[in-house]
Amino acid sequence: MMLKKLFAFNGGVKPDYHKGESNHLPIAAAPLPAELVIPLHQSIGGVPHPLVHAGDCVRKGQLIGGPDGNVSSAVHASTSGTVKAVEPRLMPHTSGLSAPCVVIEPDGRDEWIEHAPVPWRSMSPGEVRDALRDAGVVGLGGAVFPSHLKVNPGKLGHLDTLVINGAECEPFITCDDMQMRERPEGIVKGAAILRDLTQAKQVLVGIEDNKPEAVAAMRAAVERLKAERIEIVAVPTRYPAGGAKQLIRVLTGIEVPHGKRSTDYGVQCFNTGTAYAVWEALELGRPLISRIVTVAGNVETARNYEVHFGTPMQDVIALAKAKPDSDRVIMGGPMMGYRMPSAAVPVVKATNCILVGSKALFPPPPPEMPCIRCGECALACPVDLQPFEMYWFSRAKIFGKAQEYHLFDCIECGCCAYVCPSRIPLVDYYRFAKSEIWARENEKTAADTARERYEFRLAREEREKAEKAAKLAAKATETKAKLAAQAAAAAAAPADAEAAGAAVPPEPTSTATNDPKALIAAAMARAQAQKAVVHPENVEQISPEKQAEIAEIEARRAKLREVAKAAQPQEDQ
Amino acid sequence: MIEAVLVMALGAVVLGAALGYAAVRFKVEGDPLVEKIDAILPQTQCGQCGYPGCKPYAQAIAKGEAEINCCPPGGEEGIRKLADLLGREFKPLSAEHGVEKPKRVAFIDEQTCIGCTLCIQACPVDAIVGAAKQMHTIVAVQCTGCELCLPPCPVDCISMVPISETVETWKWTYPIFEVKRAA
Amino acid sequence: MINNSPYFRQPASVRGVMLKVLAALLPGLAAYVWFFGAAILVQLALCSAAALAGEWAMLAIRKKPVWLFLSDGSAVVTAWLVALTFPPIAPWWLGIMATLFAIVVVKHLYGGLGQNPFNPAMAAYCLMIVAYPQIMSQWPAVGFTDFSTQLTAIFGPDRHLDAITMATPLDALRTQLHTADARATVAGILGSHATFGNIGGKGWEWVALGYLIGGVWLVRQRIITWHIPTAFLATLAAIATIASLANPAVFAGPVFQAFTGGAMLCAFFIATDPVSGATTPRGKLIFAAGIALLTWIIRTFGAYPDGIAFATLLMNLCVPLIDMHTQPPVFGHKKDEEEDKKGP
Ligand code: SF4
Ligand code: SF4
Ligand code: SF4
Ligand code: SF4
Ligand code: SF4
Repeated sequence: MMLKKLFAFNGGVKPDYHKGESNHLPIAAAPLPAELVIPLHQSIGGVPHPLVHAGDCVRKGQLIGGPDGNVSSAVHASTSGTVKAVEPRLMPHTSGLSAPCVVIEPDGRDEWIEHAPVPWRSMSPGEVRDALRDAGVVGLGGAVFPSHLKVNPGKLGHLDTLVINGAECEPFITCDDMQMRERPEGIVKGAAILRDLTQAKQVLVGIEDNKPEAVAAMRAAVERLKAERIEIVAVPTRYPAGGAKQLIRVLTGIEVPHGKRSTDYGVQCFNTGTAYAVWEALELGRPLISRIVTVAGNVETARNYEVHFGTPMQDVIALAKAKPDSDRVIMGGPMMGYRMPSAAVPVVKATNCILVGSKALFPPPPPEMPCIRCGECALACPVDLQPFEMYWFSRAKIFGKAQEYHLFDCIECGCCAYVCPSRIPLVDYYRFAKSEIWARENEKTAADTARERYEFRLAREEREKAEKAAKLAAKATETKAKLAAQAAAAAAAPADAEAAGAAVPPEPTSTATNDPKALIAAAMARAQAQKAVVHPENVEQISPEKQAEIAEIEARRAKLREVAKAAQPQEDQ
Repeated sequence: MIEAVLVMALGAVVLGAALGYAAVRFKVEGDPLVEKIDAILPQTQCGQCGYPGCKPYAQAIAKGEAEINCCPPGGEEGIRKLADLLGREFKPLSAEHGVEKPKRVAFIDEQTCIGCTLCIQACPVDAIVGAAKQMHTIVAVQCTGCELCLPPCPVDCISMVPISETVETWKWTYPIFEVKRAA
Repeated sequence: MINNSPYFRQPASVRGVMLKVLAALLPGLAAYVWFFGAAILVQLALCSAAALAGEWAMLAIRKKPVWLFLSDGSAVVTAWLVALTFPPIAPWWLGIMATLFAIVVVKHLYGGLGQNPFNPAMAAYCLMIVAYPQIMSQWPAVGFTDFSTQLTAIFGPDRHLDAITMATPLDALRTQLHTADARATVAGILGSHATFGNIGGKGWEWVALGYLIGGVWLVRQRIITWHIPTAFLATLAAIATIASLANPAVFAGPVFQAFTGGAMLCAFFIATDPVSGATTPRGKLIFAAGIALLTWIIRTFGAYPDGIAFATLLMNLCVPLIDMHTQPPVFGHKKDEEEDKKGP
């Protein structure tokens, strides 16, 4: 085999890998729990809307959360049973907040809904994308970006390289490793499907060279299946080689900048688990309802389990037997994982690893010292950032400057905090600054919308006033004519009538008037006179029946107002 | 000694020139003042400042007719930004205009609502939808929390509810604070 | 409180960094003691004590965790650099005052560890050389290592130093060029005088070699990067080469320049102070080259024994500007920058 030329990314670190603890036992199936709590929002993008209600019976694989628009992904029942509730439950998120979940009590029959392979070869690309979205396929490396949005040949109509990411660089995690060893064919078939969908010229499967068994198993599968244009490449072991952009760089030399689509550069990257899920979804017609999860850390027997989404983490941890001094549960690895608010939170699509921690395994950080600008962090940063500058400005809350130093290019890999001799929790500062900037951005958008809507309303009010003035003017002309006929002079207010009369448009309903000022003046005068009977301004085109109803309500309202006044006189000011 | 002083002076001159150049080169063309002020105001459109909306208040400030500390929704931060922009002295929020409150949105008790449409007329940003005699609802994302719809409602069915944090809007805390809290 | 990821950390610490810096000074220090006597050890002890006392007082006043910062070793590094750049037979109060100035004023009044824009040791050196130019140029003669005489010089009430001091090679060269008859040339002076040893001044060249060894070890330990030492020495050598080629009679050659005075100490230990120095790779090159250029100018045309201190402080001033304009390209943005350059 031709030796592939590999590229390197700058920076990176080599932490203790701890992989041997969980990759010597085969993947086991985790039993169904007493209750599944399936969050509706499990991917990037819109929150799927619930399609079931409490009391409904669902079957395994049944759609329970419909995707909200295109940037969203469906959610399915992981087993058959009864929906107990659709309610907010604690989410697997550091915030400790709740979000809507579908709670299912399994009936034990684990009965599939009818499903059939998707004839993706004869479908249009848009239809295949819809099928993937409806099968709930999202990136299983942890980012949970909806996969259907990435299955896209890009501007050129074909990709140069499709990268399948089996690097798995985070310590402790071995779920991709074990899946590649035990189920390489599904992954290779999935990669072949993705290759065809993206029209990729070649597929490169990058696997860190500390997983020789996985590399061998995958190569054997490629041989067996005679898969074309798929190459298994062992890449040097260095955290974070499994970052999508880092792996693309290592395999192709292409650097995809932050905020750009990688397809624009002729590359795209999927996780091995995602490739497997794509194969299952299209060739078997099975939606994504479970995944392989590594349970490791402070446990007796670290191992990989196939877990149904919605299973409480504590049930899976119980299988691996957590040691008594365990004090935390982390979703993901030790470098980028997130602390969970409780062990009761459910396993979701993003859960590649349940890491049980203890004071001994992950000692609390030594006291933070000031930054000495030693530059270690900059040497370690795989994105070539200057972490200490970003830290300085994030800490001082000068967010604009932090952004100038490319805060949003930071992938939160933790390399900088890993090497910092002053033990500054650098990534915490970046997370803080990022969420603060997002919040401000949102606030600003909200303010802009409010401004726009306010201005729109002012314009509309102006227009309505003008319209009403026109109507009133028309009426006035009529009255004037009548009055003239009766020869009863000087009964009406002359100024009013004149002003209005001067500007009567032929069609009182037209929106544009040629002399708005006069109209407004007329309207104002009129309004003064008719204050008592003014009508709601924004309920145009109301039928006479409706008008009557309103009148009724108005009467009731008047009564109610009196009642209210009597009850709370102090409030009426 | 003299050389050192000379070299230092030279350094200072070079530095000054470079900074001056940077200041000239990277200067941004500004919006008109009113727009800039309006951009800082929170756009709640509540009228607590004594003007019918944020824009009129911005115009009044620009003309020098109004103080900068009359907008309660903008709070201290808003006043500080205005002070920076206009080169005026920072002043604490003027109490007669109100107090700074956490942002809330209006909520209509749909059981009680009689569909009188009065709230719709009051809302400055058209955040309320509904037709006559129908129950009314507030579009929470558009509501600025100005409370202008509360007084007109004849049945007092509108209440202000705090905006609850969601997983999506949750913010990471400032690391130092946590250390202090734990200590 | 349970922290957030990353949960793994390298066992690096500020103390570890500082201890390695101190260790790297040892070879040079050994040569120093061999050629100039043990007086330097007394000065090191005095300055270290003063630094720790000053640090302790300032930390207590600023209500900072005293033990945490006192044990980080950064004050001792400053103290050692002060002692090593001062004449070893300077009176005891000079080193102590200088160190206190460095710690209290230059370090803590600017915000403490990590915040000082100026190199504390060099600021102290500049202060003292302006205040006591006489004392600051009294260096012991090479090979005169009698400890009791040196102690008397340090602590004694009356200092009869003429017998034991000697001009430093840099001074000697300059003085002779200025005073001797017009036929004196650099080559002649360097070759003829016992002060000048083989390449950079008798004794001095060995001390410099010691610093070089320690410095290279520091680079290999990844405490400092190669940029600053290389740029400093290369620039200094390049200027010296050009100058001495242009007029060999007046300008000393590159080897002499690099191995004399504080050049080697500056290259590996002073200019590489991360806090007050430039941080980006290109910035480091510019920063160090600037120091070398200024050092050469001050050495050659100035009246002071050495130019590194003034040069370092001047370049410290420029650091924010240098850093701002030398930001390295971020991952994936290299192309944009090229495009930006190409664009109008
Ligand atoms: S590694 Fe830590 S101390 Fe060093 S520059 Fe980066 S943030 Fe500062
Ligand atoms: S966390 Fe961000 S700044 Fe730190 S090393 Fe990773 S990418 Fe660079
Ligand atoms: S008080 Fe209300 S209306 Fe006035 S500027 Fe502030 S938000 Fe706008
Ligand atoms: S709904 Fe009420 S509180 Fe909200 S913006 Fe409209 S008037 Fe103000
Ligand atoms: S004012 Fe009150 S009762 Fe009338 S429509 Fe609005 S919410 Fe309903």
